[in-house]
Amino acid sequence: MTRAVVTGIGIVAPSGVSAEEHWRSTLAGEVRVDRQDGTLAGRVPGFAPEGNVDSRLIIQTDRWTWMSLAATRQALDDAKYDPAAHDPYATSVVLASGSGGNEFGQREIQALWSQGRRAVTAYQSIAWFYAASVGQTSILHGTKGPNQVLVSEGAGGLDSLGAARRVIRRGTPTVIAGGTEAPLSPYAIVCQGTSGRLSTSGYRPFDADADGYVPGEGGAVLVVEDAATAQVRGAQQIYGEIAGYAATHDAHHHEQPAPDCAQLVRAMRKALADAGATPDEVGFVMADAAGTPALDALEAQAIREVFGRPVPVSAPQGFVGRLCSGGAALTVATALLALRDGVVPAVGNLARPGHDLDLVREPRRLDTDVVLVNARGFGGFNSSIVLRRHREEGLRDAG
Amino acid sequence: MSRRTVVTGVGVVAPGGATRSAFWDMLTAGRTATRRITFFDPADFRSQIAAECDFDPRAAGLTPQEIHRSDRFAQFALVAADEAVKESGLDLAAVDRDNLAVSIGSAVGATTRLEDEYVAVSDHGRHWQVDERYGSRFLYQALVPSSAATEVACRFGAHGPAAVISTGCTSGLDAIGHGHQLIEDGDADVVIAGAADAPISPISMACFDAIRATSARNDDPEHASRPFDATRDGFVMGEGGAVLVLEELEHARRRGAEIFCEVAGFANRSNAFHMTGLRPDGLEMAEAITESLNQARLDPTAVNYINAHGSGTKQNDRHETAAFKRSLGQHAYDVPVSSIKSMVGHSLGAIGAIELAACVLAIRYGVVPPTANLENKDPECDLDYVPKNAREQRIDVALSVGSGFGGFQSAAILRRWTS
Repeated sequence: MTRAVVTGIGIVAPSGVSAEEHWRSTLAGEVRVDRQDGTLAGRVPGFAPEGNVDSRLIIQTDRWTWMSLAATRQALDDAKYDPAAHDPYATSVVLASGSGGNEFGQREIQALWSQGRRAVTAYQSIAWFYAASVGQTSILHGTKGPNQVLVSEGAGGLDSLGAARRVIRRGTPTVIAGGTEAPLSPYAIVCQGTSGRLSTSGYRPFDADADGYVPGEGGAVLVVEDAATAQVRGAQQIYGEIAGYAATHDAHHHEQPAPDCAQLVRAMRKALADAGATPDEVGFVMADAAGTPALDALEAQAIREVFGRPVPVSAPQGFVGRLCSGGAALTVATALLALRDGVVPAVGNLARPGHDLDLVREPRRLDTDVVLVNARGFGGFNSSIVLRRHREEGLRDAG
Repeated sequence: MSRRTVVTGVGVVAPGGATRSAFWDMLTAGRTATRRITFFDPADFRSQIAAECDFDPRAAGLTPQEIHRSDRFAQFALVAADEAVKESGLDLAAVDRDNLAVSIGSAVGATTRLEDEYVAVSDHGRHWQVDERYGSRFLYQALVPSSAATEVACRFGAHGPAAVISTGCTSGLDAIGHGHQLIEDGDADVVIAGAADAPISPISMACFDAIRATSARNDDPEHASRPFDATRDGFVMGEGGAVLVLEELEHARRRGAEIFCEVAGFANRSNAFHMTGLRPDGLEMAEAITESLNQARLDPTAVNYINAHGSGTKQNDRHETAAFKRSLGQHAYDVPVSSIKSMVGHSLGAIGAIELAACVLAIRYGVVPPTANLENKDPECDLDYVPKNAREQRIDVALSVGSGFGGFQSAAILRRWTS
């Protein structure tokens, strides 16, 4: 079977606007959540589209797309992959988007209702909708392979990687995948408030005092390639393989999670089986870490059930907030950096561990080949992915 | 690929007919459902017409709470899914719910509810810092359109993979294509797959006004959607939803299901050209068509019906005419091509699923739906567009295509099932 490997990482997140800055900040344990205008959120400090995005594109696109384009540029540079140097049909763009162009959309609706329909700009039709970032990325980089846009709230980042692997297995060797989100404009914040999951005091996943999450912006974009193709073109590095992926749905209630964690357990087990890995091979788990007591307890229970041993669990997103569809993509990027350096970052913002888990309190040396990442989406989406350190031997086999 | 996908149920909520049978009656009669907008006063807008659904969610079986918390697009998805699942004869008590998946397409999600609520929380656009106390308790469901997939999954207890696919105007085709791939890959045995959109709202009409993409034939709404006609002047907004029950062939056989047709191929490509513009050569759509035929192991000459994107913009009609010629060669001149958007308008992400539903029914009943309002062909569109009247004809292989903002081009092949 074709193997999908990650060869490039791009990050725009509260923790940094590059993979290495993000990784440094994460290992240093810097909390990048702050309060502005009364709203607690994880903001990307000083992120401006100028310098990251072509000036003609800036006015046509929302902040979420700026972040996506900037992360894509980084990921392609990191992978030393230029789509223009390849057959245009050899590259696809498969991203997650949870809420679209929030700030742009609010501005246009504001203009419509305060000034009339002629105040709505021509770009509303291409900037707000969920496919805008994928369309702009595909046009900017000249990619003609199959594109896809997945919406499954917090699970979207993993679902985009699962979909990227499907695209690769069907013959398109390179996929730009992952996701970003920019949900901090006033209306988007109000909408998120109705989820009943926002904290006004801080995002403290797995903490005894956890009382919800803090929203954040940004995410990650990865270059995912067929392993054999990556080898032939002499890829700069291979961070790891997307070895297993599975998705399930609670199908229980429109906003409450199922009172058991059966479907999350099933997603984790299916992803492991898909990777041909046993629970014992997994060195650490990157949790979804929703930050509400009930959701954290369910995930803790699921992890205990699947592993039956105190597997190390981390959730560095506590440092930056939950980034909706960008979040899980960022977690995967972090997990790959952890595999690379043999260091597991700490659970973010954890003061008083509240669950019976081996929660990573300080960066921990851990040389392992396999990590499992969970992500859940509001309404009952459960996705799991298994990442495996890439072995050169396997690469030759694949070739 | 050894796992094959068949269609065993169809549900439709469309303008002019809120059930599958009403929809099909309308298409075969060549009636149009485009009219002056009634949902709000459109007097100030450039395009004042749309194809609206006469839809009563209570009568369609939704509970007061489902209606209260869901945008109209999610309501369409639920009602169409209900009809499709009922029709399929699927025994939900017997089916393995772990392998029951959901794939719902939507281009703009809950845009109408987001706008309605915004008017209140911003007090008619007066305040940028909006007042949450005036908002619905269910605004988060509106912000994240994945709520539609959640609603459908909850209704049928579907524990398999669930997602909303949002690739603009190809969302419907792509969501059904995604469902088909879930079956091929062994990730599901049954997929509730379709799409819904409800974009007839001031912001949606205003944004297409701004780029003059929609028709301004306001004095003649019934005849305003005129794909391939020399006098066309843009698309007419629509709304609605359609859902197919996709099933792995052996699964359908084991339970003795009636099989409508097979999903024999699906492919999508991007034009990497422009967010709204199309090159006249139709190259990337042709690539998608050719790849979907390859998957079906069919020669281009096997196609005997094409359901066109046919939005009724000049550039689209010429783009896809070129794509058909490029992919099918001389056969393009012999195969009937029609656009049901002439009757039900363009419901953005929903239309791809509604059009595939029309293809399933066209194969089943042996009728090619017409292109309404086609009086005088654009001289550069020189294929057989089945003007005005439906045509009785056996259809073994139907091709449906879609094209959307962002450069998305998709194609699906449905094949008559013979056991």
